Parts: sequence; C-alpha cells; structure tokens
Amino acid sequence: MMSRTVLQLVRAEGRLSAPEIAERLGITPAEAAAEVKRLHDEKVILGYRGIINPEKTGEDSVLAIIEVKVTPQREVGFDSIARRIYKFPEVRTCYLMSGAYDLLLLVEGESLRQVASFVAEKLATLEHVSSTTTHFLLRKYKEDGLIIHEESETERLAVSA
Amino acid sequence: MCPLPNTSSPHSSRVSRLVESLPPSGIRKFFDLVIGREDIISLGVGEPDFATPWRICEAAVYAIERGQTSYTSNRGLIAARNAIAEYLQNRFGVEYHPATDLCITVGVSQGIDITLRAIVNPGDEVIVIEPCYVAYRPMALLAGAEVRMLPTYMRDGFQPDLERLESLVTPRTKALILCNPNNPTGTTYNRATLEGIADIVRRHDLIVLSDEVYAELTYESEHVCFPALDGMRERTVLLSGFSKAWAMTGWRLGYIAGPRDIVEMAVKVHQYSMMCAPIMAQYAAIEALKHGRRDVEEMVAAYDERRRVITNGLRAIGLPCILPSGAFYVFPSIAHTGMTSEQFCTELLNQTNVAVVPGNAFGESGEGHVRCAYAASLEQIRTALDRMGDFLGALRPLENHALAR
Repeated sequence: MMSRTVLQLVRAEGRLSAPEIAERLGITPAEAAAEVKRLHDEKVILGYRGIINPEKTGEDSVLAIIEVKVTPQREVGFDSIARRIYKFPEVRTCYLMSGAYDLLLLVEGESLRQVASFVAEKLATLEHVSSTTTHFLLRKYKEDGLIIHEESETERLAVSA
Repeated sequence: MCPLPNTSSPHSSRVSRLVESLPPSGIRKFFDLVIGREDIISLGVGEPDFATPWRICEAAVYAIERGQTSYTSNRGLIAARNAIAEYLQNRFGVEYHPATDLCITVGVSQGIDITLRAIVNPGDEVIVIEPCYVAYRPMALLAGAEVRMLPTYMRDGFQPDLERLESLVTPRTKALILCNPNNPTGTTYNRATLEGIADIVRRHDLIVLSDEVYAELTYESEHVCFPALDGMRERTVLLSGFSKAWAMTGWRLGYIAGPRDIVEMAVKVHQYSMMCAPIMAQYAAIEALKHGRRDVEEMVAAYDERRRVITNGLRAIGLPCILPSGAFYVFPSIAHTGMTSEQFCTELLNQTNVAVVPGNAFGESGEGHVRCAYAASLEQIRTALDRMGDFLGALRPLENHALAR
C-alpha cells in the first residue's frame, strides 16, 4: 500500500506544518518542508480556505449560480471573455462548461439586489455575452466533500475485541 | 416468589461445566469498568471509527426496498460468493469455487466456530499463537479440542519461534490458528516466517485456520495470503470478512474459503446453527466488493498516518513499541512501570479517562503490554497521548522511589 503524497494530504486537510506532514507520511521534516515549498513555488498549491457552514456565521450574503452563454471570439476562443468576467471580485468561481451554456459562475453579493444589479449592469451588458440565467442558492447540504448538516454519530462501545 | 436455585453448589448441573470453566473475555471485564463514564477517549475499540461507506449502506437499503428480506441458501447468495471468489482471486491470487469452496458467515468469529467444529475430534489438539484474538482458545475448547499456546514476544517482533512451534506438535495435533495481520500486536508475519510455518504444516499434516480479516490493512508490504503458499491451498481454511476493511462491524458478515471437504462439513454446522447470514448484509457486501475499493484505500491511508503518529507518541512518552505493519493496533510494553497490564489500564482509566485494553486479555504472553487501537481520530489520539504522558510522568517519582528501596 502506498502512503498519500504531500499533495494529497494537503488537498484533503489544508495547511499543515512540516513536522505534522513528516510524522504522518513517514518522511523527514526537511523533506516535507521542501516539498511544500516546491508545491507553492510551482503554484501547484494556490491557497488555503476554510469551509464554513453559512447558516452559523450570522451573515446574510447571497450566492447565485449563473449560466452564461457567450460568443467565442476568433483566436482567443472563450479565454478573453472569461477573463473579463472572472476579474470581477463578485465572481467566486468561473468554469467553462460543455452543454447548453458556456460559462458557469458562482457569484456572491450582500443582497439579492446587489447580485441582480451585478448581472444586469456588468455581466449581461458585456459584449459577446448573449444571455444569462441566474439561480439563487437556497441551502447548502454539502460543500467540497463535507456534509453541512451531519446526523449525530452513533455511539461506539468504548472497549471491544 | 420462587426460591432461586442454589447456583453456588460445585455439583450444580444447571450449566455446562466446560462453559463454566471458560474465563469471561478479559475485554468484557474491562468494558464493565468503562461503562457509564463520561468523556472517555477510547483507544480500546477493535473497530473502525469510520461509518460504513454510504454506497454500501445504500445497497442494503435498496435490497430492503426491493423486498429482499428472506433467507438465502445456507452458503449465502451465489452472487455474493461469486464476488468474494473474484476478489480473492484478483487481490490475493487464491482460487475458490463459489459453489463448493465458500460459505458466508456471521462474521469471522462464527467462521472460526463452524470450522473448528467441522474438523475437531475428541482429543485433537489445536495450536494457537499468542497474544491473539480473545475467541480462539474458548472456541477451540468448545469444539472439544485441547489447546496448546505458542507465546510470541516483542523482542522477536511478535514473530512465532518456528522451533518452539514444531516442539508443540504431537501426533494428536490437528490444526493451527494464525492471525495475520495480528490482533492485538499489529504485526504482520513476514514471508520467511509464513514459509517456515507452511513447512511444519506440510510435514505434520496439519490444517491451518488463517484469520486474515485485517489483510487489507497492511502498510509496508503486500499481504501474503497463507493459502497462496505452495501446497497450502488444500490445508488451509481462509477466514475473512467485511468488518475491518469496509468498516462493517455491525453488519456481522464474514466468510470461510477452503478445501471443499472441510467447507462442506462447516456448512453442515452452519445450516443447523445459523441457517444463513442476513441477506441485506450480503447485498451490502456485493457492493463493497464491486465498488468499495476507493473507500478502503482512503481509510487505509488514514490508518497508515495514525500508526506513525501514535507510535512516535508512545515512544516519546517512554512506552517502547514496534511500529505496527498491519491491522489498527499498537501493542506497547508497560513492563517498566512495575504494574500489571490490568493495574496500568485501570489506573490510566481512573486517572485520565483514557481506555486501552490490558494485554493479558489476549493471553499470558500479552502481560506487560496494553493494546491501543488507532481507529480513532488524530485529535483523539493526540489528546490520549498527552494524558498518558501526564499519567506516566506522575508515576516516575514512584518508580524511582521503588528503585531506591
């Protein structure tokens, strides 16, 4: 059986200290630190984020998933228009998709009105954007592999064979 | 009110003298101490801390929805036996015919029970390598065997001494029970040891019960399946199940695989005493074997990391131990504290609320050790290690005092 790589460990659990990585993977702390540095230097690891239960933060931000149809441009295809869109800080996520639309965005705003005005004023008016469909997100059940409303755990016996 | 019968009479025949003579499981005894306590961190559990992967649960739910709630054939659903045979062939290179060489059991423990009852005649001897799972000796005795124990020691990496093993063999020796990877020591037997055992088995015409329920939980080298060794297929009953690798302890599902004459007799015991294993668990097992590989690999990767953390931690607080290469147990020595295993575990529990299992529960040669299961989160493992460290730190002045006297 193969141990996980540093990358697999960090992908699953986020930022970890070199001694922690070293102990868990059975390598030296120097090796762990060097590998983490390489992953950062080569921009394999771009950053670290916490995964938050939005219902427990007391904040009322609004998330919308927006499907965008665009007209690809000669030579640059979708990249140029995608760049114009993803540079807006409201756009948290931007994917190029196959199928009925081209770009899928996750847009965050402080209110419904704010998201709506971003779509109406910034997004829909862009040259090459031919249409948008906005879906407001009502509830998150699972986020990046983590279940948000987990049932209580069953109690194990404290001692068994 | 009816007067209670006089149960204290030595000649009471209300219960079986053999059963009465069996000691209760050492684990059970310790469990009674633990029960009712709050805030326990338990490294005493012989089961995964993971829930059964959802795809497996979902397959069982679907089976119930489809009305699959009946008996199965005694040996189990043919589809489940086919899946097991295919798994054993692909994973370990051993070939079993699903119709004749397999029987699905209610956990490995029941598999051991029916296998022993299928092979033992009065006066037959069974050799058990210690320290070992608590059920081997009692089940062999219940089957009518006499039991010879082969102790193993930390200084030998808990590998059996082959000369000593052979010296236990008599003309009446019928079988040998192996557990590889081992509960409670976390050892895996290396190929040389297993070849040596196979040689003794061949020369003395023995039957091996090879409990390989932890086979998937092997961290440093490929698991060596005992019946895959030269000539061992016809002399071995392989016992395994779904509890450990697929986190399915409560489903109670295992299997035996072996030469058809022995399996046929075991099935006879099984059909009269158990009928069959639960059908919904069998459907779950099919899903586990067909689509559960990734779930297993993720859990094994987590255990692999935890074994290093707990071994380093135990050594750092002064408890010598071997880095386990299989299962999810580490078996440190506590001999230098001057306490017995039971004293150590009882005091540790009383003072720090950390539960580990006394080594003597697994046989006399486990005395001086405790079994710590790392089927717990890293956070729990680290907290338990901190508390054990404090506990040992508080003991040290007493040890010095004892030495000075």
